[in-house]
Amino acid sequence: MPSSASEPPASQPYDLAVIGAGPAGLAGAVTAAGLGLSVALLDASEHVGGQFYRHPAATLGAVRPEALHHDWAAFAGLRRGLEASGVSHLAGHHVWSVTGQDGDWAVHAVTGSDGGQERPVRVRARALLLATGASERQLPFPGWTLPGVVGAGGAQAMLKSGLVLPGRRVVVAGSGPLLLAVAGSLAAAGARVPAVVEASGYLRYARHPRVLATNPYKLVEAVVHGGALLRHRVRPLPRSAVVAAHGTDRVEAVTVARLDRDWRPVPGSRRRIACDALAVGHGLAPQIDLATALGCATRRTVDATAALVLGDGQETTVSGVWSAGETGGVGGSRLAIVEGELAALAIASRLDGQTELPQSRRAVRLRRGRDRMRAFADAMAAAHAPAPGWTQWLPDDTDVCRCEEVTAGRVREAVTDLGAGDARTVKLLTRAGMGWCQGRMCGAAVACLAARGGGPVPPPAERRPFAVPVTLGALAGLDADAAPGNPTDD
Amino acid sequence: MVGAACAYYAAQAGLTVTVIDRGPVAGGTTGTGEGNLLVSDKEPGPELELALLSVQLWHELAASLPSAIEYEAKGGLVVASSDDGLRALRGFAARQGEVGVTAHEVPADGLGELEPHLSPGLPGGIHYPQDAQVQPALAAAHLLKAAASQGRNQPRSRSRPRLRLRLGEEVTGLLTGADGAVRGVRTATGEVRAPYVVNAAGTWGGDLAKLAGVELPVLPRRGFVLVTEPLPRVVRRKVYAADYVADVASGSAALQTSAVVEGTAAGPVLIGSSRERVGFDRSLSTEVLRRLALGATALFPVLAGVRVMRTYTGFRPYLPDHLPAIGPDPRLPGLLHACGHEGAGVGLAPATGLAIARCLTGGEPPVDIAPFAPARFGPEPLGPGPRAA
Repeated sequence: MPSSASEPPASQPYDLAVIGAGPAGLAGAVTAAGLGLSVALLDASEHVGGQFYRHPAATLGAVRPEALHHDWAAFAGLRRGLEASGVSHLAGHHVWSVTGQDGDWAVHAVTGSDGGQERPVRVRARALLLATGASERQLPFPGWTLPGVVGAGGAQAMLKSGLVLPGRRVVVAGSGPLLLAVAGSLAAAGARVPAVVEASGYLRYARHPRVLATNPYKLVEAVVHGGALLRHRVRPLPRSAVVAAHGTDRVEAVTVARLDRDWRPVPGSRRRIACDALAVGHGLAPQIDLATALGCATRRTVDATAALVLGDGQETTVSGVWSAGETGGVGGSRLAIVEGELAALAIASRLDGQTELPQSRRAVRLRRGRDRMRAFADAMAAAHAPAPGWTQWLPDDTDVCRCEEVTAGRVREAVTDLGAGDARTVKLLTRAGMGWCQGRMCGAAVACLAARGGGPVPPPAERRPFAVPVTLGALAGLDADAAPGNPTDD
Repeated sequence: MVGAACAYYAAQAGLTVTVIDRGPVAGGTTGTGEGNLLVSDKEPGPELELALLSVQLWHELAASLPSAIEYEAKGGLVVASSDDGLRALRGFAARQGEVGVTAHEVPADGLGELEPHLSPGLPGGIHYPQDAQVQPALAAAHLLKAAASQGRNQPRSRSRPRLRLRLGEEVTGLLTGADGAVRGVRTATGEVRAPYVVNAAGTWGGDLAKLAGVELPVLPRRGFVLVTEPLPRVVRRKVYAADYVADVASGSAALQTSAVVEGTAAGPVLIGSSRERVGFDRSLSTEVLRRLALGATALFPVLAGVRVMRTYTGFRPYLPDHLPAIGPDPRLPGLLHACGHEGAGVGLAPATGLAIARCLTGGEPPVDIAPFAPARFGPEPLGPGPRAA
């Protein structure tokens, strides 16, 4: 529903283009529009809400979609805010690249690719807010490509948007705070959850008592999840991992092993648990392709992902590009909303010609909230960081890259025999990460294997100019004379 | 790639070699190229002579290296867009034929047989069966691996490997002796002593020359390659438009694009080619993407609905006269150059490596390397000389 209230006159750039309509992008767009900016909000999905606030299409007739969400009220508020604002919501727009420079950005998207004819769209803007969220990190194990093995976040997304369960008896495994939420949602929706297999120990949270104490709502969340799990008789298995999934046409059982401190499977601790689905994930990794293609600097997070380096006002290291939410380090929807709002304040102030960050009470309050929640996110990330021993449950014949069918053995061979010491060289020599998902699925695992067991390392923040694949026809149809980044003679 | 080939042939000749790179294997231009081994785009002259030898050497290497290097003697097809263009191509091919290039003219109605998906209505082209391709990163890695195992069965080398790899180590200076000759290199972590130093730093070869106190004007010429989703064999050969040859030989800094389309063993179709002098700027140019996509879909309309998965950028090392620098540098005894091959480094690597190995062992180079003389752009040593060790 593109609305026109704050749409700039034809041929004029928007004040702000926001990419991603999850919690951070919504908050940023609504706040910026409220401050008088003309805003375009682009998202690949037809619905706002991103991965977090996924909700069923109206045709599914869900009476209470909020039953699967905590914080639904915050989303409902943002959605109302969007409807009342003049933001141009460009739904179904897959952004594949951003080019330009401070004050003059071009966002390149394709639309219509979900069915009809793919068509290139270019949106110009004076400022950029990247709110592209995160994707789930996977650490492979034998059987991880079997039907019935789904991402933990994916299982929750299926449930939230389609009200579909991945199976009737679902083991939830991996690492990270998301697992408890997923198990709770699955159980509440009627699945039997025989185990939540968590590679870290929950006791590690206790190392950060002050951070926990200053984030009481997270305690409430934990109690809610814990209570739901108790009610549904879900058994948490800390310091354990699914080291194999079994089945022929579909997963029928998993083998669970206890792990030592370094995540090495403890000999003799293996046992089988019958199930018809496995929801597995090792936390989330920031999705920052668009930002790194622009040259934004990244940092290594405590749980070995690459996140954007952001200033106090949410600006990246590239002037004129801001970011909010999981891209700066995974921290949840509340943090994302605060950061989106804060970024909008900083952007409005910059476009108004101010060089200093806004010092209004609102800005100060938001910054304080952000810092508190960031500290908590770091504590959680530290507690769930993968340890190097996990590669011991990965035999040579297991596919690491499922798109190109590259086994762990071939990756190890590239490292030991061909001198590859980093993920990019492994990719060049094995094709791991060159397939459809462009390494989003296997990047973390390949980076760990390339580091020769020297502990988990984030996959390289690649300058990947195509955030989504684009047809040659759409590229050929790009606007010639106005194409920015037009090379000039030297 | 060129460095790996120099190491390979030097080790084969019985020398002990240390390969030093500030990055990983194939981390520079090798890792961003298509791996073309071409004779078709070269006019008669010293570079074509080098290319013809290289094509033959690649054929031999492919027989001894693992199939993983994806050597494919798939041939090239140059298509004209007009009758005039075809006449020009015909003359060009005739001159190439005189020096040993195999070239067959393909009439308009014969194009479809070679490339069934080629756009109808093209006036014809020239088929070059000698053109081939390798996967360059794998080829470089396997050449180094093979070099390391050279002479492993000989008793003398058991205690001392013939090839050492020092990756992730940057050369920070050259060591010279009292007589002014090279004695090795200094790196961030130590010294490597050797009577000869070969500069195979590709696009960064000018920087290394500067460390040695000599001038070698290697400049980057940027190129983009589009990589499509994996396809069944829609494009069988390397197919390019006739204007490619003119673009390769041009010295202009402005953006030039000419359609080059080829299928690969692994499935994706690679689409080039663009040339522009913009320094080491990696930022995406949507104008380049547009022109590449236009060129490719004009040759192969079927590609319009095919998705591009990624694009990569590389920097061809080019010297002002478009010829590489190969051989000893008279300005600094012990220093040799093997760089500046522009877009043909992978193709020209074996002949270059063999020539360098012959120089190092006092043999006769397999081709006349006088046109590639490193000092041809300025015979006088420039700037401060290298510090004595």
